[in-house]
Amino acid sequence: MTSDVFTPWDDPQAKPLIQFKNVTKRFGGFTAIDNLSLDIFEREFFALLGPSGCGKTTMMRMLAGFETPTEGHIILSGQDIDPIPPNKRAVNMMFQSYALFPHLSIWENIAFGLRRDKMPKRDLEDRVEEMLRLTRLEQFARRKPHQISGGQRQRVALARSLAKAPKLLLLDEPLGALDKKLRQDTQFELMDIQEKTGTTFVIVTHDQEEAMTVASRVAVMDQGQLKQVATPDRIYENPNSVYVADFIGDVNIIEGRATAQGDETYQINWAEGQTPLTATSATDLSNGQGCHLAIRPEKVTISADRPADAVNAIQGKVHDIAYLGNLSTYYVELANGTIIKAQSANTRRISRRSFTWEDPVWLSWTATAAVLLAN
Amino acid sequence: MGRPGLAVLDSNGRGFVGELMRRAFLIAVPYVWLLALFLVPFFIVLKISLSDTALAIPPYTPTLDLSQGWSGITEFFSQLDFENFVWLTEDDLYWKAYLSSVKIALIATIFTLIFGYPIAYGMARAPEEWRPTLMMLIILPFWTSFLIRVYAWMGILSNEGYLNQFLLWIGVISTPLTILNTNTAVYIGIVYTYLPFMILPIYSALERMDESLIEAAEDLGCSRIQAFWLVTIPLSRPGIIAGCFLVMIPVIGEFVIPSLLGGSGTLMIGKVLWEEFFSNRDWPVASAVAVVLLLILVVPIVLFQRNQQKQTEAEQ
Repeated sequence: MTSDVFTPWDDPQAKPLIQFKNVTKRFGGFTAIDNLSLDIFEREFFALLGPSGCGKTTMMRMLAGFETPTEGHIILSGQDIDPIPPNKRAVNMMFQSYALFPHLSIWENIAFGLRRDKMPKRDLEDRVEEMLRLTRLEQFARRKPHQISGGQRQRVALARSLAKAPKLLLLDEPLGALDKKLRQDTQFELMDIQEKTGTTFVIVTHDQEEAMTVASRVAVMDQGQLKQVATPDRIYENPNSVYVADFIGDVNIIEGRATAQGDETYQINWAEGQTPLTATSATDLSNGQGCHLAIRPEKVTISADRPADAVNAIQGKVHDIAYLGNLSTYYVELANGTIIKAQSANTRRISRRSFTWEDPVWLSWTATAAVLLAN
Repeated sequence: MGRPGLAVLDSNGRGFVGELMRRAFLIAVPYVWLLALFLVPFFIVLKISLSDTALAIPPYTPTLDLSQGWSGITEFFSQLDFENFVWLTEDDLYWKAYLSSVKIALIATIFTLIFGYPIAYGMARAPEEWRPTLMMLIILPFWTSFLIRVYAWMGILSNEGYLNQFLLWIGVISTPLTILNTNTAVYIGIVYTYLPFMILPIYSALERMDESLIEAAEDLGCSRIQAFWLVTIPLSRPGIIAGCFLVMIPVIGEFVIPSLLGGSGTLMIGKVLWEEFFSNRDWPVASAVAVVLLLILVVPIVLFQRNQQKQTEAEQ
């Protein structure tokens, strides 16, 4: 290994742990997964992200064995797993509801899977203790699930699914039931445990922040299809479609027509009477082609006067201000009624804020700040 | 009302007293209920069981004569004795009948469970829109008189009955089976009649169960059957226990089914009780039989209540 950076997806030699090969899943007339192919590598923390009903849970249930593909195959370490029932797969799942057995103690819950494997008593005890230590649950071992808190239950579910040392661990909205503060702590704990155990994790979530925090790669899904599969930063900085740009984080979308203007630089005519915008793009666009310009609010600078050297600058007035404490988002209305969001850090106290409602302001951004998306 | 200060005091005072009265009333209602519908009848039966039989109306003595005042009451109590209970221990008919009742009740409960559990399981796993209909089908027989349904079984089980006709017709048997007036007929009658009492509590336990628990068990390496034994059965145990008690407690004292479907060999305490009352007109002995029956039933009733209480606690 020459580099410490973990990027098996860029290495053509790397063998994926899981391969979806043209998988389609239909429920009656409804297509949940539509001819989808995907590689997931060993030791990855892979996030399936999308709105509810996008098919992410179906993908997970197919990996666990609770559903079988209507067409196509799923390969796990070189083996077609379609005919293998869930109890014979080296895959474990952490359920959204945790699905802890209410009649068993925490200890017995964790031991449940090991007992099915007829593990020798001594090894079994060692393994359960190890799992209790890993999830810091030692003092709760004798309790029943209804006698512990939600966060502890979540850790029991994790310990139980990790106990059998699966090749692949599936996490179905693992943090959905926790409050925000606890969720953030638990995210880092999850990453820590994933690194310690070296298990491949596939997490299903509708929370983009969660996916970005924990995952090595994120797959954005919509209507049974993968929209983009990439690292969190690439998903955020280089979305490949308006859908992805809009789904991840906050974004301004400007619709217009592109005209080439030298090497990888385009001029976008977007509104009557507005000066054209300049943006760079590696993809080729023909002259007059319809396009969308996606600009993140934090890349838009707000100022009282027109910045002298700005490539893109437009004028408007402050329509609304969303104060988030550390940040403020300014909703700036342009002359044609379009609202553009600009975000700036509140480095000064709020009483000394530079702009207030109805103030005329200039918005500016560089040529590389925006992502140009061809229609 | 013209003096606001007093009005406040007044309404506060009334509020406090009113609250106390409301509480007392709420507590009193169940106790009055218990007293009127259980304890008073029980003490009447207990009193008769301590009396002696007599050729009179009512057919026992002594009767309480309050017109003689205190001496009448002491006279009355001095005549009560336990000789009827002693008699129950002397004639082996009674303890054999008790024992046989408990045995028949136990076996019938096991059969009811064997038939009831799969039905309850099927109902709980049925599509949600089907469940009210299935529930209706379980409850529907209650809308017909219990007596008529037992009579109908006589028509089915008799030597010339539908069951024998059918079995002869398909050629399984060549001579009619004698089912009616045997213990088999009693078991069939009990299982048929009490099946809903077994199904409903088990169904309610199974229906509440989270489906993902079964998936979790399978995910952790259980086969379907293992998941059923290790997860479904333990989680439906409160329902099973409740169903068993709901069947066993009334079956021990059952009278109609053994007297209509059972034969001379079917010995159940309900039948003995009826014969003491109406054939022998020995009310005191019959009452003693009833009191002992109640004492036998107190044990399973207490256990049943414990189970119910534990279940409610677990749900909180």
